[in-house]
Amino acid sequence: MNSLLDARGIGKRFGGVQALKDVSLTIRAGEIYGLIGPNGAGKTTFFNVLTGLYAKDEGEVVFAGVPLKLGSPHEVARAGIARTFQNIRLFANMTALENVMVGRHLRTKVGVGGAVMRFSKAREEEAAIRRRAHELLRYVGVEHHAQKLAKNLAYGDQRRLEIARALATEPKLLALDEPAAGMNATETAELRTLIEGIRADGVTVLLIEHDVKLVMGLCDRVAVLDYGIKIAEDVPDVVKRDPQVVDAYLGAGHG
Amino acid sequence: MGDCQPIIPAVDIFLQQIFNGLTLGSIYALVALGYTMVYGIMGLINFAHGEVVMIGALTALATAKALLAAGVPPPLVLLLALLVATLVCMALGAAIERVAYRPLRNAPRLAPLITAIGVSIVLQQVAMLVWGRNYHSVPQLLPAGSYEILGAQITEVQLIIMAVAASTMLGLMQLVNRTRLGRAMRATSESPAIAALMGVDANRIIMLTFVIGSGLGALAGVMVSANYGIAHYHMGFLLGLKAFTAAVLGGIGNLAGAMVGGLLLGIIEALGAGYIGDLTGGVLGSNYQDVFAFFVLIVVLIFRPSGLMGEKVAERA
Repeated sequence: MNSLLDARGIGKRFGGVQALKDVSLTIRAGEIYGLIGPNGAGKTTFFNVLTGLYAKDEGEVVFAGVPLKLGSPHEVARAGIARTFQNIRLFANMTALENVMVGRHLRTKVGVGGAVMRFSKAREEEAAIRRRAHELLRYVGVEHHAQKLAKNLAYGDQRRLEIARALATEPKLLALDEPAAGMNATETAELRTLIEGIRADGVTVLLIEHDVKLVMGLCDRVAVLDYGIKIAEDVPDVVKRDPQVVDAYLGAGHG
Repeated sequence: MGDCQPIIPAVDIFLQQIFNGLTLGSIYALVALGYTMVYGIMGLINFAHGEVVMIGALTALATAKALLAAGVPPPLVLLLALLVATLVCMALGAAIERVAYRPLRNAPRLAPLITAIGVSIVLQQVAMLVWGRNYHSVPQLLPAGSYEILGAQITEVQLIIMAVAASTMLGLMQLVNRTRLGRAMRATSESPAIAALMGVDANRIIMLTFVIGSGLGALAGVMVSANYGIAHYHMGFLLGLKAFTAAVLGGIGNLAGAMVGGLLLGIIEALGAGYIGDLTGGVLGSNYQDVFAFFVLIVVLIFRPSGLMGEKVAERA
């Protein structure tokens, strides 16, 4: 398999704290790639650098063969990376449907001028956006909530809605930041099915997760961060037995 | 001494003040939208907005005079003057955003606020240099007729102002609630960072917000000068403050609030101006009209700082 994303020597400091140090990793097209590590290991920081929310201090990312313009979130989205958030970040006062429709913004183009000058074309496109948004809501299983405000959805449904919104941008890489956080066993199982389905549809998945069972069962390969340094990267079975990982992350008792 | 002031106001006078108030309120509402849109999307009170309205009025006036001198028929003059003023103000709005506010996007909140006041002063002075300190009389381009309803006069100018303002605001609501651009604007207003991560170019959306708000301001500027028949370099200041009051009254950041706040403020002012003489036994005259707007501002800030329809002020501030 060829690589979809190549992060090389990513470094990020906050004041005196080295949050990420020389992190390099390669995500292959079509895989589910797990990023794990203890709290504060730098997982979310890596996500934020990758998606352009934080400016990086060192390193570069090549995505789909092209250097990624880090530091410009909408360019990163345009390149084909979409994400969800550990603490859900929906547009709370917009409906579920509208949230997903915003995700379509990038892949549609009738602008102000177009909307005025070519009214019928704008209408057509708007209908297409709406149709696609409904499909995505159905895909993640929250279509019956389409007209509800996002803030009024149940927690698990909000997580699903975030995934639908991210998928609306037609990502090549979907980055999920702790999607199972706060979910019960049933919901987690459903989430797992959903993520596998997304991969089967050709989207590569990058997953940050605390739920070790979920990560080990779902991911093709796993990288482990500890204090901002990558200490392992391999298939789950190997990572699980890596003494450094056991030491840093799972704790002595899990050995 | 025996014949006292009428206790129950006459219907015709009351209705007259309502008509005047609605006209004034329509203009306030259009200007207030400019404040509230910018506030909603980036939490900035763009104090230069009143000056944009003034530039709109004076540009339209200059264009109209030139066209009339060239013998263009009046209805066409009006449309062309409005068009030129709108385009100039849109460009001005974009320029202000790019030059004055964008570099301060991540600065402490006080910095862009002070910059806004600076931009306001600069625009006023430039307008003074270009157009002078004089009051300019505005040529009558709209029909001058009027109708009588229950003893009150409503002019065609007033009717046109109300109709144009109402349809413009309806159009804006459609834009914001039903189009791709409007969705991107609402998303950016909730969170610029998240909207950007979903592929919305926040810089572009913020600039377009300024452009649209300034276009509405140009329209309001033309209306206000048509209504009063005069325009001058200083007209944006008080108008801007009152429209800002209207936006706060309705709940700043809330589009419907700006419209309601504008209309309400117009009516409060008109009624206040109409009855202040009676109420104070002739001590205060209608020249105290401006007091009402700021009285309203103070009352709203004390008792309902989030405005009639607002809810987002607290979390933004």
